[in-house]
Amino acid sequence: AALRGEWMRFQVSAALKEGHVTPTELCQRCLSLIKSTKFLNAYITVAEESALKQAEESAERYRRGQPLGVLDGIPIAVKDNFNTAGIETTCASNMLKGYISPYNATVVQKLLDRGAVLVGKTNLDEFAMGSGSTDGVFGPVRNPWSYSRQYKEKSVPKSHSEDEESNWVITGGSSGGSAAAVSSFTCFAALGSDTGGSTRNPAAHCGVVGLKPTYGLISRHGLIPLVNSMDVPGILTRCVDDAAAVLGSLAGHDPKDSTTIQDNFKPFELPNLTDVSKLSIGIPKEYHAPGLSSEILALWSKAAELFKNAGAKVIEVSLPHTRYSIVCYHVLCTAEVASNMARFDGLEYGHRSDMNKSTESMYAATRREGFNDVVRGRILSGNYFLLKQNYEKYFVKAQKVRRLIANDFAKVFGSGVDILLTPTTLSDAAPYMEFIKEDNRTRSAQDDILTQAANMAGLPAINVPTALSERGLPVGLQFIGRSFQEKQLLTVAKWFEKQVKFPMIQLEEVKRHDHCVFQHQKSASFS
Amino acid sequence: VAVRGCGGVWRRTWQRGSGGRDPTPRRQLAVACNARGGAVPAGKSGLAPWVPVVGLEIHAQISSNSKLFSGSQVQFAAPPNSLVSFFDASLPGTLPVLNRRCVEAAVMTGLALNCSINKKSLFDRKHYFYADLPAGYQITQQRVPIAVNGSLSYSLCIDNKMSQMVTKTVRIKQIQLEQDSGKSLHDDTRSQTLVDLNRAGVGLMEVVMEPDMCCGEEAAAAVRELQLILQTLGSSQAVMAEGQLRVDANVSVHHPGEPYGVRTEVKNINSIRFLAKAVDYEIQRQIEELENGGTILNETRAFDSKLGCTVPMRDKEGKQDYRFMPEPNLPPLILYDAKSLPANMNHQQVVNIDWIHERLPDLPSVKRAKLVEQYGILPEHSFTLLNEDGLAEFFENVVKQTQMKPKKVIGWIINDLLSHLKQHSLTVKESPVSSFLLADLLNLLVKTDISSTAAKQVLAELWKGEGKTPLEIVKEKKLGLIQDQEELEQICQAVIDRQENEVIMMVLG
Repeated sequence: AALRGEWMRFQVSAALKEGHVTPTELCQRCLSLIKSTKFLNAYITVAEESALKQAEESAERYRRGQPLGVLDGIPIAVKDNFNTAGIETTCASNMLKGYISPYNATVVQKLLDRGAVLVGKTNLDEFAMGSGSTDGVFGPVRNPWSYSRQYKEKSVPKSHSEDEESNWVITGGSSGGSAAAVSSFTCFAALGSDTGGSTRNPAAHCGVVGLKPTYGLISRHGLIPLVNSMDVPGILTRCVDDAAAVLGSLAGHDPKDSTTIQDNFKPFELPNLTDVSKLSIGIPKEYHAPGLSSEILALWSKAAELFKNAGAKVIEVSLPHTRYSIVCYHVLCTAEVASNMARFDGLEYGHRSDMNKSTESMYAATRREGFNDVVRGRILSGNYFLLKQNYEKYFVKAQKVRRLIANDFAKVFGSGVDILLTPTTLSDAAPYMEFIKEDNRTRSAQDDILTQAANMAGLPAINVPTALSERGLPVGLQFIGRSFQEKQLLTVAKWFEKQVKFPMIQLEEVKRHDHCVFQHQKSASFS
Repeated sequence: VAVRGCGGVWRRTWQRGSGGRDPTPRRQLAVACNARGGAVPAGKSGLAPWVPVVGLEIHAQISSNSKLFSGSQVQFAAPPNSLVSFFDASLPGTLPVLNRRCVEAAVMTGLALNCSINKKSLFDRKHYFYADLPAGYQITQQRVPIAVNGSLSYSLCIDNKMSQMVTKTVRIKQIQLEQDSGKSLHDDTRSQTLVDLNRAGVGLMEVVMEPDMCCGEEAAAAVRELQLILQTLGSSQAVMAEGQLRVDANVSVHHPGEPYGVRTEVKNINSIRFLAKAVDYEIQRQIEELENGGTILNETRAFDSKLGCTVPMRDKEGKQDYRFMPEPNLPPLILYDAKSLPANMNHQQVVNIDWIHERLPDLPSVKRAKLVEQYGILPEHSFTLLNEDGLAEFFENVVKQTQMKPKKVIGWIINDLLSHLKQHSLTVKESPVSSFLLADLLNLLVKTDISSTAAKQVLAELWKGEGKTPLEIVKEKKLGLIQDQEELEQICQAVIDRQENEVIMMVLG
């Protein structure tokens, strides 16, 4: 107990190293916090037994003075569309309910190899198709900020009884479970996936850092695909330094994924930027999109001012084809979805219908029972776009537009701009009851609008939590960098993070649990 | 004796048709064979003659240790589902990783077939639902295949006269790399389907031959030549009986000067002999159908080897739309040549076309020319030597060990050795008579120790494989020619003495 006050000042991994806390203690704290925040529905599977075993092994390494590095003993969570050997991988779908993969995704294996402790698998939209984390078979994820002192103080409930049930806000998605898990302190870092904004969007709504690395920097092997040509494993943490640390352990060539870079990746530590005067920050005018809330617009301008005042060059730039990004994405995404989902036929694994009149009727019934309406709708439109008579008209055209969108970015970066600064979302998180008034397709089209183009171009992008909205909910801004220039991107993000001093979430559950570990911003990080 | 050559085929098919198995006896039909360019017989009631057109799609399984996109082993007749990786079973999240050996095999084959090798080729997904296609799509090369625009020369005999061989050429449209499917086994009694994924994902080269052939015999000769080339290169074992070489034939007929007719695709052909039969049957069927006022449907037909006819296949109902799209998990396949090879490139990671070109083995046509030139044998004999696996080597070994002229040795090889092997369904490797023993025997013949008739007797003994040398057999059976003048005179005298009366009669005249 005497050590408590002391280790507050340390970052967690230093505390582990010095024995102020053991991996087992840390793991147990996370596990019990998972239990007390169960109502968030952030986790689909909690891997209590294996997590404690991993923590014990980590503890042994620390005892011998041979920890595996900065991640050793750090509790992490993984979105439930990454394969984990021996632990259920469901994609929040009836199709894969009960499915236990025989192998680990490369990113999962890399985390485990570095001593991380896997506490559980997080909730998502079915097969990552959605922007709310509301459309999974295990129900919607609740944003921890719905239960924060900050939100409760500002939202005025119509009546007291309605309060809890109708006022809670969504996490965004589709990696909402991972964002909620990091935000509610049930783990220190989580993996998400990002195809159109699925890591950055919930990160913005949950007030955490969400990094989408350059396409090809991190292996997709073992990530159950949404759109192979845009999917990237995403990293969710509570601070930029942590994101850099996780990135360092994941990045690099994987012989099992032919789309990863050939070169080896050198992990880096982020410098503390003091001088931003050599930086050129681009403000793409097209991101001033219809529906952008005035609060966020104001915040965006303030951030630009911040850079300008610190001596950076801030210039308005144009990405003229960005406005076609969503419609183009719709064609490419559904086409790949139609193809990727073809394997779920009930034969080799997953759900199989009892219908046995013929192989074809078994396929049809299996897929009808296994997939929700969103997935089936995308399969249907994707197959339509891929028909011989439509292929040129839709798929090829969309690919051409994709090239134009990528070229826009290349031109801007070629003109000397280092980093683009944009909002991540149009507004703060919507209450669940509001959100579900629109269908998934409309929602996805709106919500991906500011994040999607980076996926089209394969560029690295990061959400940095910036401020609280008038309703007391987190708002984030997005930085987009040059391909494979993660170090520059994260360095700038770190500088920005330091300037804005985003407030800590004040959660009753967390307070009750542990005064010391989680309240202090610094101890909330591990790197 | 089979009747060979295009002109003769029709008569033969007709005769076979009327032999009883075929339910509807066929009339002899007038046929023109464009490739021969000879006189064209008139059709029924003075109609224009028919020109058959045959194109082939050939799937050759690549001979490699592991599959096209996964590390599972490739092996024929392994226990069901024992060679299946997570990728082969299409487990979610698995990705394809291209096997370099398969690429090299395709490049080698492309070069041997005079193709231009595309330095950049692409992979595509071809979608259809089938139990033995776990991912719901096949990875193939639809848009830009690895090799295009080649040609294959092959020879065949006219009217079964070995001395009348003609050489023809078929254009190769393309060679594409693609995945093999698994196998579905239908258990009708229990009305269930069992799936074996051992073959799923094995590398295939699809060789597309343009419709430059006009009869079964030509198709068979072209495939046989391709088979020899693949086996020489080692890019495929190309054993049809084991499904390593699968041939689909596209067949149509039309009148000269008119556009090609509607074509049918004939599948399920599992030997070269059946290929010739299936194609000829289909040509004849189409001609008859058209002459009777019918139409040809663009359909897939299966060859029934027992009945010797083609029948419509009912598996694909309605029109298939394969919904092709680029395979997003495989970057474009880039190949290099000496000029384009970057200096700092790791040689383990690149495929160099020139490097492969320099190391191509002698192709069958070159080997045949060399045999003809070196040993003075007839061209048709060079075909026979190469058509049997190991026979050319056997021949050359015998030649090396005997004083007999190669021109004479070839007679023993083809007339005696080969016919005996065929009679007993043995391969050259299984021959009980080694090249050494045969050379030994031929040496006795050359030294006139034995007569040609005796040599055949010795050979008959050697087939028994009792481990005796030719000389031992000659001694044992007293087959040697008598060289001693005195001994010969004694024998003659003894014969004369025993036939006193006849001798007197002869002397008296």
